[in-house]
Amino acid sequence: MDFTRRETLALGAGAALMTVLPFRANAAVDDLIAEFTGGAAVADGGVDLTAPEIAENGNTVPITVGAEGATAIMVLAAGNPTPPVATFKFGPMAGAQSASTRIRLAGTQDVVAVAQLADGSFARASKTVKVTIGGCGG
Amino acid sequence: MADGVKPRVKVPKKAAAGDVVTIKTLISHPMESGQRKDSSGNVIPRSIINRFVVDYNGQNVIDVDLAPAISTNPYFEFDAMIPEAGEMTFTWYDDDGSVYEEAKSIAIG
Repeated sequence: MDFTRRETLALGAGAALMTVLPFRANAAVDDLIAEFTGGAAVADGGVDLTAPEIAENGNTVPITVGAEGATAIMVLAAGNPTPPVATFKFGPMAGAQSASTRIRLAGTQDVVAVAQLADGSFARASKTVKVTIGGCGG
Repeated sequence: MADGVKPRVKVPKKAAAGDVVTIKTLISHPMESGQRKDSSGNVIPRSIINRFVVDYNGQNVIDVDLAPAISTNPYFEFDAMIPEAGEMTFTWYDDDGSVYEEAKSIAIG
């Protein structure tokens, strides 16, 4: 199989794009986390994130997030076209700093939860969810 | 206003003072993400509920910012502290400016 110079260039450009795209998706998540934390360091662990290992239907994936004494928890779906999912803020009448909801996932990806703890520090947890049918129409 | 929006809330009628009770809420809403296209290829405009707030006797329980990644018919389950009898108010804010409200009273006993 012979490639002309034009085809080779197109292939090269395609390959470069392939490597750049996933990187950009992660950068968006990092940017959102930085915006949430104001640039503060984020520790691993200390946040409970419950999500199914395998979700048959990406349109409704049940998740639960919680963190002892947290004031706010942000949930992100790293592989969605728009990563933000929800931000929970807990008030003085909250009985426990945890909440459950159902989310949409476009495909197999990591779900990330970042919590602002009572002392002002930040913690994160992430979980990979395998999705059989994506939930973004298309 | 999106059609057929109906909030449903499950709150215990009674609780002991100082109890922590679990609240379940569901509101029927299409939560159109703004990512989908109709049969002729036009993008269907985004129409979601973007904020959900629960207060008990004027004090905040939970305040949630919703993004398009929340499923159709947004469901939330969370815990609330019940120090005294009172009223729990639930408020959903739609993208189009509509506000959906629901209130439940809780007695001590």
